[in-house]
Amino acid sequence: MPYDYKPLPYSAPPGLSGPEPRHRVVVVGAGPVGLAMALDLARLGIASVVLEDKSSVMVGSRAIVWSERSLQLFARLGIVDQVMARAVPWSIGRISHGDDEIFSFDMAGTTTGRFPPFANLQQYHIEDILIARALAEPLIDLRFRNRLTGVDQDGTGVELSVKTPDGPYKLSADYLLACDGARSLTRALMDLDFEGEFYEERFLVADIEMEADFPAERWFWFDPSFHSGQSAMLMPQADNVYRIDLQLGRLANAGEEARPERVIPRIQAVVGPDFDLEWVSIYTFQSRRLAEFVHGRVIFLGDAAHLVPPFSARGANGGLRDVENLGWKLAAVLEGRADERLLDSYNRERVQAADENLRDSARAASFISPAPGVERLFRDQVLTLARETAFAREWVNAGRLAVPCIYATGAPDDPRLPDEARPGAAAPEARIGNGWLLDQIGPGPTLLAINCTAPDGLQIPTLSVRADPALRARYLGDAERALYLIRPDLVVAARWVTAEPRAVSAAIRAMWEGRE
Amino acid sequence: MKLITDPNLPDHDGFFAELLAAHRGLSDAESQALNARLILILANHVGDRETLTEALDLARGR
Repeated sequence: MPYDYKPLPYSAPPGLSGPEPRHRVVVVGAGPVGLAMALDLARLGIASVVLEDKSSVMVGSRAIVWSERSLQLFARLGIVDQVMARAVPWSIGRISHGDDEIFSFDMAGTTTGRFPPFANLQQYHIEDILIARALAEPLIDLRFRNRLTGVDQDGTGVELSVKTPDGPYKLSADYLLACDGARSLTRALMDLDFEGEFYEERFLVADIEMEADFPAERWFWFDPSFHSGQSAMLMPQADNVYRIDLQLGRLANAGEEARPERVIPRIQAVVGPDFDLEWVSIYTFQSRRLAEFVHGRVIFLGDAAHLVPPFSARGANGGLRDVENLGWKLAAVLEGRADERLLDSYNRERVQAADENLRDSARAASFISPAPGVERLFRDQVLTLARETAFAREWVNAGRLAVPCIYATGAPDDPRLPDEARPGAAAPEARIGNGWLLDQIGPGPTLLAINCTAPDGLQIPTLSVRADPALRARYLGDAERALYLIRPDLVVAARWVTAEPRAVSAAIRAMWEGRE
Repeated sequence: MKLITDPNLPDHDGFFAELLAAHRGLSDAESQALNARLILILANHVGDRETLTEALDLARGR
C-alpha cells in the first residue's frame, strides 16, 4: 500500500502574540536527526523547541538502512520495538559481476544477536515513529510549518527569526542545533559552505512496490546484462517496497532520466513487469563537509554538517552518531556540570568520524564508478580476480558498510584488554544475566567493574558484574579483571586492569573536559 | 627501508623471459589487464603495507 502522507499538526506558536521566554535549545529540522536530538536531550532532562518548515513527512523512502548502533540509540529513545516491528532485518550481501554472483558475505556474527547488523525501514516510517514519540514528550515543543528566516548570535546565545502561516516571530535560545539537512537553511543564513568533492556520476534511486519473494539481502551488481556497463543495487524495505539504485553514468540528463517513461523500462529490466513505481530521484555522489561543526552557539549535525554518497549506511546513521555524541555534552554544559569547552570535543570527534566517512565513501565511489583509463582497468581486474581468489573479494568495494568511528584518544588503556573495546570505541554489547549490558549503562557516565570493585568516592554509578564467557571475550580477553569508564554515549572513555583511584578520577575529569 | 632492492630472485633471467612470454600474442589492452592482475596478486602476496608504499615510491622514481 502506498504511504499516506498525512498533514502534520500546526498551531500558532506563542511567540506570535508576545515574546517567548528564552529557550535553552532550539533544534532546526524535524528529520530523523533533529527528532532524535530533541528526544535524546529530553531523556537527559533538557527541554527544546523543534522548528520544521515542512507540513508533512518527506516524500520518498530516502534513508532506509539503520545500523546496529542506531538501533541501540532507538532503544534508548524508547522506539526500537516500534521500529523493529516493521523493519526488515538483514545481514547478507551478495555481489555479482555480469550475471554471475562472485561472492556473498554475512555480517550476522558481528553482533550479539540482540539487534541485526542492519535493519531496513523507510525514512517516512522512522519519522512517523519519532514524531509520535516527540509529540508525546512534554519536554519537546514541536512546531511544524515554522521556517527559520534569520540567525543572529553573540557569545551568550542565539536570536532566531521564524516565519509561520500566521506571520513572523522571534525566538531566543542558549543554543541552536542545525539538523536541517543537505540544503540546510541555517548553513545558508550563516553563509557557510561545504568543502570537498562532487562526482559527476549520476544515479537513479527508485522505490517500487511489488509482490516478490526476494530474500532480505543486499544485492549489488557490477556490469549486469540488464544494465550493461553500469552498477545496480536492490534492497528490501517494509510493506513489499524495494529500493533500486541504478548507475546512469556521467553524461546522463537528470531531468530526462527521472521521467517515468525512462525509469519504468530500466526497472522492468531488473525485476520484470509487475511493480508499481512509488518514488524516483536522481542523485550525484558528494563527499563534502563543513570545516567546523561548532560555530559559537550554533552547532551542526547530520547532513547539515556533512554529506556522503548514499551507499553504505553512513548518511542518517552518521547523523545519529552526531546526536549521541552531542546530547550528553550539551546537557552537561547547560546544567553547569561541564565547561563549554566540552563542546569542542564534539567538533573534534565528529569531524574525525566525518572524515572517515568521506574517505571511505570516496573510495567506494571510485570503485563503483571508476574514471576511464587506469582506474577502470584496476577495478575491472579486481572483479575478474574476485571470481577465483579469496583475497580479491575483499578488495571489491560496493560501499563499506558503516561501523562506528573509534575516536582518537590518549586516555588510559591496557594492551592486555581486547582491541574492540579500546578507549574511543563504541562499548560492545554483551548479554548479562537475562538482559543486556548497554541497557544498564547511563544515562550518565558509568564505571563498569568486571570481576573487581571500583574505587570508592568517585561519584559515578558503578555496575559490578562477574564475567561470563561472552563478556570476557569482548571486555577482558586474557585479563582476569578490568575497570571500564563508559561515557553516556556508550563510548569507552578509559580502562584499566589495575585501577589506581587517582588515575580513575583524573580520567573522569578528562572526560568532562572533553580532552583528547 | 623494508623493500628489498638487492638481488633476491634466483633465475631472474628465466623469470624475465617468462614474464615476456606471458604477454606474447596479447593486445595492448589485454597486456595491461594482465599487468594489473599481476600487480594485485603480488601485492597480496607481499602482504606488507609499508613495503608496498616503498615499492610504489621506487616505481614512481622518488
